[in-house]
Amino acid sequence: MEFISQHPVLVVSIVKIAVLLFVVMTALAYLTWLERKVIAHIQARWGPYYVGAHGLLQPLADGLKFLFKEDVTPPVSDRLVYTLAPFLALSLALTAIALIPFGPPSVTLLGQPLFVVSNIDIGLIFLFAVTSMGVYGVALAGWSSNSKYPLMGGLRSSAQMISYEVSLTISVVGVLLLAGTLDFNGIIEGQSGYYLHFIPRWHIVPQIVGFLCYLTAAIAETNRIPFDLPEAETELVAGFHTEYSSFKFAMFFMAEYANMITVSCLATILFLGGWLSPFPDSWTWQLFIPGAGLLALGLYCAVDTAIAMRGIARLQFAVVTLLCLGGAVVCLAPAIASLSASAPVWVATVNTAIQGIFWFVTKIVAILFFYIWMRGTLPRFRYDQLMSFGWKLLLPVSLANLVATSVVMLYFMMKGPG
Amino acid sequence: MSLPLIVFLFFALLAVAGAVMVILAREPIHSALALVLVMVALAVLYLLLGAEFIAAVQIIVYAGAIMVLFVFVIMLLNMGLEERTNFSKFAYVGLVAAFALLLEAAHWMFHSSVGAGVANGSQPVTAFSTVELSKLLFRSYLLPFEATSILILIAILGALVLARKEE
Amino acid sequence: MTVPISYYLLLSAVLFGLGVVAFVFKRNVITVFMSVELMLNAVNLAFVAFARAYNKFDGLVDVFFVIVVAAAEAAVGLAIVIMLRRNRESLNVERVDLLKF
Repeated sequence: MEFISQHPVLVVSIVKIAVLLFVVMTALAYLTWLERKVIAHIQARWGPYYVGAHGLLQPLADGLKFLFKEDVTPPVSDRLVYTLAPFLALSLALTAIALIPFGPPSVTLLGQPLFVVSNIDIGLIFLFAVTSMGVYGVALAGWSSNSKYPLMGGLRSSAQMISYEVSLTISVVGVLLLAGTLDFNGIIEGQSGYYLHFIPRWHIVPQIVGFLCYLTAAIAETNRIPFDLPEAETELVAGFHTEYSSFKFAMFFMAEYANMITVSCLATILFLGGWLSPFPDSWTWQLFIPGAGLLALGLYCAVDTAIAMRGIARLQFAVVTLLCLGGAVVCLAPAIASLSASAPVWVATVNTAIQGIFWFVTKIVAILFFYIWMRGTLPRFRYDQLMSFGWKLLLPVSLANLVATSVVMLYFMMKGPG
Repeated sequence: MSLPLIVFLFFALLAVAGAVMVILAREPIHSALALVLVMVALAVLYLLLGAEFIAAVQIIVYAGAIMVLFVFVIMLLNMGLEERTNFSKFAYVGLVAAFALLLEAAHWMFHSSVGAGVANGSQPVTAFSTVELSKLLFRSYLLPFEATSILILIAILGALVLARKEE
Repeated sequence: MTVPISYYLLLSAVLFGLGVVAFVFKRNVITVFMSVELMLNAVNLAFVAFARAYNKFDGLVDVFFVIVVAAAEAAVGLAIVIMLRRNRESLNVERVDLLKF
């Protein structure tokens, strides 16, 4: 026990990394489930339904399939680079997630902030550094596969990524001008407060153009539809990961979804207020929102279990119902306890933690749903249309947004306070 | 053996190993990847020296854009293996002279008083703040800053004109 | 105890020397370019080490400009290399030593 009290940073960091890794891997798996379900419903069909109730065990089945598939290595030009590329892609994608604050920094464990693995002063720029290194995974994979389609796919994909990276960074500078700091917690703190007492002061309100530019550039950066020509099946077989099978392909797959989660987290932090709730702090009933939401979900699952499910799916869905209701109890108990005047001090901390995580996750899920919605709805760009869009439309719009933001801020600085 | 010293030794050895790999690699793509390793190791050393912004700029610009350009060109031009040439035996004399020069430089470096305050901890080691750096960049060094932006524009135009296919 | 600045300067000298060796001994034009980038990186390390030693920001500003100039030079240099490959079919520095045949 003295070891824990003498080395709090090390112990808490290890705990946070382990928990975050587990949570991120599960989130990746269930993001694939969500994507398949949403796209299926857009296309008027069911999606995964039989592997577990409502297809909830489908990611597990896919994971097992990837583990047990035969690892076919074609006669590649360079074994070292061929093996290195997916590891590089996945490790960079997971490193980026370590910088993101999931909740308020006031919640601490042994004196260390609980919700961010590493909070550095230059967090935003460091995140861009890590994502800009992600181009290597794609380029090296395409080149080392020793085949026409992966090479073309890899080169096109990496050219697309570095083109849209410029617009991505410039569309974020408007937010930096408003926030005045590169630190994620500072940017989120700068978004507290309300216009007219009920519109939250999130950066999406003054920087709506920046937000749209950022979202477009982020979709292009992660190679999603409508920008996924380099990895579309009808165009380039499977792009840069054609020659990869089983576990290495699974790593590319996970890296793509981890990149999606990272840019969604970044959009939430920069434009949507991170873990801040949209309701003013004085409205105390907002403490019941997470519990109420989980309770509603649990009740829906309970009704479904009782009426619609049969056989083993009924058992699985009963487990899901119990999980939802258990989560609802965990969220509601501190909220109800805080109503009484003699609540101990840790109840307020638990409430802050639950609120922070709930709003952050809600915003991320909203943006990811938007991503998946775009995938189900839009056709894809041709490659020359894609590149001319990035350089001739998106970059000038981002620059115009930057210039306009600077001019407006200069005007307010010159006018002086008051 | 404090933690900064261990981190320094590890990443310094990594940088030197990467530089040696640049020389010894037979394929150009391996040299490029070794150079990326050198740059990332140097970025960590900049972090150790407190220059956080420069470390991030090094990774974004140098390792993430310039070296990607090198890797692209190597992939597109599809050159073969590096050829071994038979250099003259005079090179070994040069190697001895270089080693002697390095020993002399090391001797003078270790007996100099540059940065003595930082080394034994009497000067406080605080990270260089990005705000102060940007103030310097946009006030005292504004003219070189604008000049480099024109330099980049010239480089873009030059590269476009040079690499265009003749119609 | 923090790391003495002389260690960083020694590392910078070693990297610069290795860059010179690569510049002299390599036969591929692109590898020669990469050795120039290695030398520039070594110089950047020396700049940052001196900035820390004297606690001034001017070293960091110089590093910023060196990185920008290296980017511009890499772009133009690689365009020249592409043209060279298109016209001469060989990227060996020993063979591209005449201006015109």
